[in-house]
Amino acid sequence: MIDLNLIIERFPAFLGGTDGAPILSTSDGLQLTLELLGLSLAFGLLLAVPMALMRVSRNKWVARPVWLYTYVFRGTPLLVQLFIIYYGLSQFDWVRDSWAWEYLREAYVCAILAFTLNTAAYTTEILAGQIRNTHYGEIEAAKAMGMGKWLMMRRIVIPSALRRALPAYSNEVVMMMQSTSIAGLVTLADLTGVARRVFSDTYMPFEPFLTVAGIYLVMTFALVWLFKKAEQRWLAYLAPRKH
Amino acid sequence: MKKAFVLAALAMTASAFTAHADTVRFGIDGNYPPFAKQGADGKLQGFDVDIAYALCAAMKASCEIVPQDWDGLIPALNANKFDAILSSMSITDERKKAVDFTNKYYNTPSRMIAKAGTKVDQAAFKGKKIGALRASTQEKFAKDFWGKSGATIVSYGKAPEGFLDLKSGRIDGMFVDSVVGDADFLKTAQGKGFAFVGPEYSDSKYFGYGAGIAVKKGNKQLTERLNQAIAQIRKDGSYKKVQDKYFSFNVYGN
Repeated sequence: MIDLNLIIERFPAFLGGTDGAPILSTSDGLQLTLELLGLSLAFGLLLAVPMALMRVSRNKWVARPVWLYTYVFRGTPLLVQLFIIYYGLSQFDWVRDSWAWEYLREAYVCAILAFTLNTAAYTTEILAGQIRNTHYGEIEAAKAMGMGKWLMMRRIVIPSALRRALPAYSNEVVMMMQSTSIAGLVTLADLTGVARRVFSDTYMPFEPFLTVAGIYLVMTFALVWLFKKAEQRWLAYLAPRKH
Repeated sequence: MKKAFVLAALAMTASAFTAHADTVRFGIDGNYPPFAKQGADGKLQGFDVDIAYALCAAMKASCEIVPQDWDGLIPALNANKFDAILSSMSITDERKKAVDFTNKYYNTPSRMIAKAGTKVDQAAFKGKKIGALRASTQEKFAKDFWGKSGATIVSYGKAPEGFLDLKSGRIDGMFVDSVVGDADFLKTAQGKGFAFVGPEYSDSKYFGYGAGIAVKKGNKQLTERLNQAIAQIRKDGSYKKVQDKYFSFNVYGN
């Protein structure tokens, strides 16, 4: 029923070890998935920290735009966002005539842009929630030391919130990794894209998709393990007492 | 009622026996416009149907068109529901094991679609991007032909996605079957400013042998009769008349 030989024969294609035939290159498959994930998470986190601070601001002119942004990007499917960026923007002449088209014409850039905006919205809410949850004792201690607002943010509130955000953020990272599988719908050959390619070459659906499911599972375990290590290191002070 | 059934059954059996004499029955799948589709009157129409009538005229036989879904065509042929399949069936070595084929009756070439006036030779797409359908014969050819000289091949699951990217400039050319390119893109408002560029490609190593008429294995007499009829309608201009009704280019190939 399931052709093990096909799985073994095609497995290298998922890791980029392809002989160039039919169309894949060595940077396709696993490497592309990791690039999409890593870059969008990095840009997303960079965007999310300042936006989380804006989100908890008491000034509504600062807080509301960020609220609207996270509301829109968390309230619509990632696939729709990707299609709007990839197919939608290209319909406007002024987009195609602008300097940005040089980048937006690449499916790679469109995918990273969509993934970044999406993960930034979720991460902003995770961080904003943890900033609001900052224990009043930490704030009072900072004030007692004579710290100003920004110094207190930089030294106390943000590091503390980032630590406490780790468990929720690990979920976001795993979800994001699985979401990168839609990159194949805009011509990219990420892990799922390679599976679809093998499927259309061989007309065998089970083997390539089981293979790719296995690879995603291994990656999920690796990510969960990494975050567990990170929590042991940076969240140890919140762990229940052992003795 | 019962009597009518028996009579009808008798009539059908009779026609099956006399089929070779004066009636040729063609099985056609009506879900492949512009080659065959169901008309408003419920009857099939299209390129394949008109070719069938032209062949019957050449063979001085009467024609019967039997609608049959694609995946049931070969089984129905073997069950004697009709004498031949005239349904855009590509001649492949795989199918040759199950049925006999006449010579091709059309072989649409694959062509490059790009901005009108684009130069197309092997080196012209160096460093550029060419779209093709994933796992298609065109994709394999493009990879070997333009890919070797430095072009990137971009694969699409559906032709319209590739045409969208061609229009927005993400790819520099789309390499497709000429019928698909003509009907889905060039003849639509989207295709303005684009055209077939460069030569027709129909290397049988990549693209097979074209579409033929399938007959039951071993039926040499009908195969020969149909081959002669194909040659005749090619010669007397009735083929060209049918072709010009549906296409603006040569669908017979070289």
